[in-house]
Amino acid sequence: MASLQMAALLSAPSTPVPSDRVRLGALRLSASSSSAARNGGALVVRSEAKVSGGGASARGLSLITHAVAEKAAAASSADSKPGHELLLFEALREGLDEEMERDPTVCVMGEDVGHYGGSYKVTKGLATKYGDLRVLDTPIAENSFTGMGIGSAMTGLRPVVEGMNMGFLLLAYNQISNNCGMLHYTSGGQFKIPIVIRGPGGVGRQLGAEHSQRLESYFQSIPGLQMVACSTPYNAKGLMKAAIRSENPVVLFEHVLLYNLKERIPDEEYVLSLEEAEMVRPGEHVTILTYSRMRYHVMQAAKTLVNKGYDPEVIDIRSLKPFDLYTIGNSIKKTHRVLIVEECMRTGGIGASLRSAIIDNFWDYLDAPILCLSSQDVPTPYAGTLENWTVVQPEQIVAAVEQLCK
Amino acid sequence: MAAFSAVKIPPPQFTTVRSSSQRPGSSPAHFAHSPSAFNSISFGSAKSVRSRPLFAVSSDVVSSSDKTKPASSSASNPAVTREVALELYEDMVLGRAFEDMCAQMYYRGKMFGFVHLYNGQEAVSTGFIKLLNQSDKVVSTYRDHVHALSKGVPSREVMAELFGKATGCCRGQGGSMHMFSAAHNVLGGFAFIGEGIPVATGAAFSAKYHHEVLKQSKPEGLDVTLAFFGDGTCNNGQFFECLNMAQLWKLPIIFVVENNLWAIGMSHLRATSDPEIWKKGPAFGMPGVHVDGMDVLKVREVAQEAIARARRGEGPTLVECETYRFRGHSLADPDELRKPDEKAHYAARDPIIALKKYIIEHGLASESELKSIDKKIDDVVEDAVEFADSSPLPPRTQLLENVFADPKGFGIGPDGKYRCEDPLFTQGTAQV
Repeated sequence: MASLQMAALLSAPSTPVPSDRVRLGALRLSASSSSAARNGGALVVRSEAKVSGGGASARGLSLITHAVAEKAAAASSADSKPGHELLLFEALREGLDEEMERDPTVCVMGEDVGHYGGSYKVTKGLATKYGDLRVLDTPIAENSFTGMGIGSAMTGLRPVVEGMNMGFLLLAYNQISNNCGMLHYTSGGQFKIPIVIRGPGGVGRQLGAEHSQRLESYFQSIPGLQMVACSTPYNAKGLMKAAIRSENPVVLFEHVLLYNLKERIPDEEYVLSLEEAEMVRPGEHVTILTYSRMRYHVMQAAKTLVNKGYDPEVIDIRSLKPFDLYTIGNSIKKTHRVLIVEECMRTGGIGASLRSAIIDNFWDYLDAPILCLSSQDVPTPYAGTLENWTVVQPEQIVAAVEQLCK
Repeated sequence: MAAFSAVKIPPPQFTTVRSSSQRPGSSPAHFAHSPSAFNSISFGSAKSVRSRPLFAVSSDVVSSSDKTKPASSSASNPAVTREVALELYEDMVLGRAFEDMCAQMYYRGKMFGFVHLYNGQEAVSTGFIKLLNQSDKVVSTYRDHVHALSKGVPSREVMAELFGKATGCCRGQGGSMHMFSAAHNVLGGFAFIGEGIPVATGAAFSAKYHHEVLKQSKPEGLDVTLAFFGDGTCNNGQFFECLNMAQLWKLPIIFVVENNLWAIGMSHLRATSDPEIWKKGPAFGMPGVHVDGMDVLKVREVAQEAIARARRGEGPTLVECETYRFRGHSLADPDELRKPDEKAHYAARDPIIALKKYIIEHGLASESELKSIDKKIDDVVEDAVEFADSSPLPPRTQLLENVFADPKGFGIGPDGKYRCEDPLFTQGTAQV
């Protein structure tokens, strides 16, 4: 990745980059080659050998949760690589810290975010640095402190509300749906709600049904809400910063199992685009759309598929609402086959919406029905074996691609 | 269902006496002290609370006693100046006239949906809101027309909003239950009860944050937020959660309970284990006050103290205003459950008539002056209706505006073209 970045820098035009373009940055090429695809320029390939999460070795089923990237990073050469290495939760913290430094109206609210540093350590050290009012430890009252975040967003602050687990935000659904999503419209545009609601969700390691929920499917219908899901340290930091800077209410979905992913990210400041998808692996045969943790299952399956002679194009959709149909559409126009791999449940999940959006817009380009692999419609069981069968596993992805490409 | 009949409630220690109206010399309001005494409070003391049981009147135990006397101080010195008295009178008359006009317009088919009128409760809105500065915030419920008017939102804008016209304060997109005004710091207008209280708590948090973190302090003190809500809301979790947080962080907020004894058809006494709402303040460590919400001067006195406390950074106050709505819960409510004698009891305590009597008795203004104010308000309301009538309906192009503050990522890109290649994204599927 470092060499790619250097190549990008060298080939970048020598004209000074205007300040509002810093969000794109010269390094963006490696994150999303969609722009390169649009320009018809050289495709910057982020092959899976260099992708932190897609490392080859020892990726057994139960090891997906580990920081596999450590091996890949250590194995790759060089001492004088630019950027710095960190874990995903540290990347989130870095993004948050930078934004809090930059703008004094950015504040954090949530349970145990202050003195405890966050249940996943995303806010560790911030309370010492910024004080107890800017990093506010709230009582256990999700509905009310989310509403409090909305009220302060309406009156000039930019709060980042943390749900200790995304599932807890079900208690805040009243505020998120009625107020967060709707107030800008209902007030005729008078009040904006620049709030970020973030937290870990998804199926973890035997956490039980209530701590393993995927709220993106519950929130997706709320009008006025924007949703993104991060999956790597690089996009975690970029999306965190973009979400804080956005004037819209943004829900940032993190995943419990991805917090310890390690990656080398740039030293320079960068902000990603909230509405863009990420091209993880370009290919020709089939488009695989995924997000969050399933990206890693897909990349593992991709390795098997490549060995079998397939060439899958893997896109991390990142933006769950709205979908980046530009990137997705370009891919479908190329491959004509779509597989959606998600962790939501089959009924009413993100995949279901994505499928109908694709059918509405790209029907003529499809050579095969869209396949959607989702989790089973069951409350996530505690037993490890059952839990594994609840979510999509790489073997199923391989089988689905083989079926699609028959 | 006999066990749950309202007739068997309340328990015996409640009395029907509204003691503050029976003892003219007593202080109009008493603060129930929390364990840590508040030195700044000049009225009452903890022990006087016990000796003076004050209570919500239930429709079954109301007696047709002599409560027609307006509860004002017997002192010859008026509690307010002439200017203030006239301002209060005008504001209450505006509230009443406006709401009456709303009823007319509703039955003529000019406004639709759920409309909740404020008749009878004007003293609470006027008593509190007329003490606020422009930068103070008001958060209300669905019964919000008069709160918006008291805070300064022009009647024209409110009426146009009710008619669903594009010139309404929310461009016709909010309606009766969602009155917002950024210019006048009215933060809504919420349809679900209780959901405005956290928003108000957030606005108060923001005021504290601006003072402590951003160092944007004002000479008069912190910006105060008023949260208005009813008796039914006081059984809702958000109420208690916010009482806790507001006191925990000493937020400059005042929780104003408009206890009109009824939540649609649910009597407060049938819904609440301990109907004395003001007592719930001290349970969280803040002062809880009960005040006669049909008397604007008493409400104003309590409000003054509570607002001053909040501005000084001493934290929240819970104020329970005993009041009554003369109409049903909404214009669709047949209002069959409330007994006529209860309605008569409170109709006799009409806050506007009471203030009028007070003004005349204390020689603050003449009857003809008050009548000219009435006339002026009638003209204002008529003008508002004409304005609303002649305003245009929102065009179709307005449907998808303002769903997002920052629509760049949604449909339209920075170059003006669609980013997402889903041209149907911003159209939805509704055939409008």
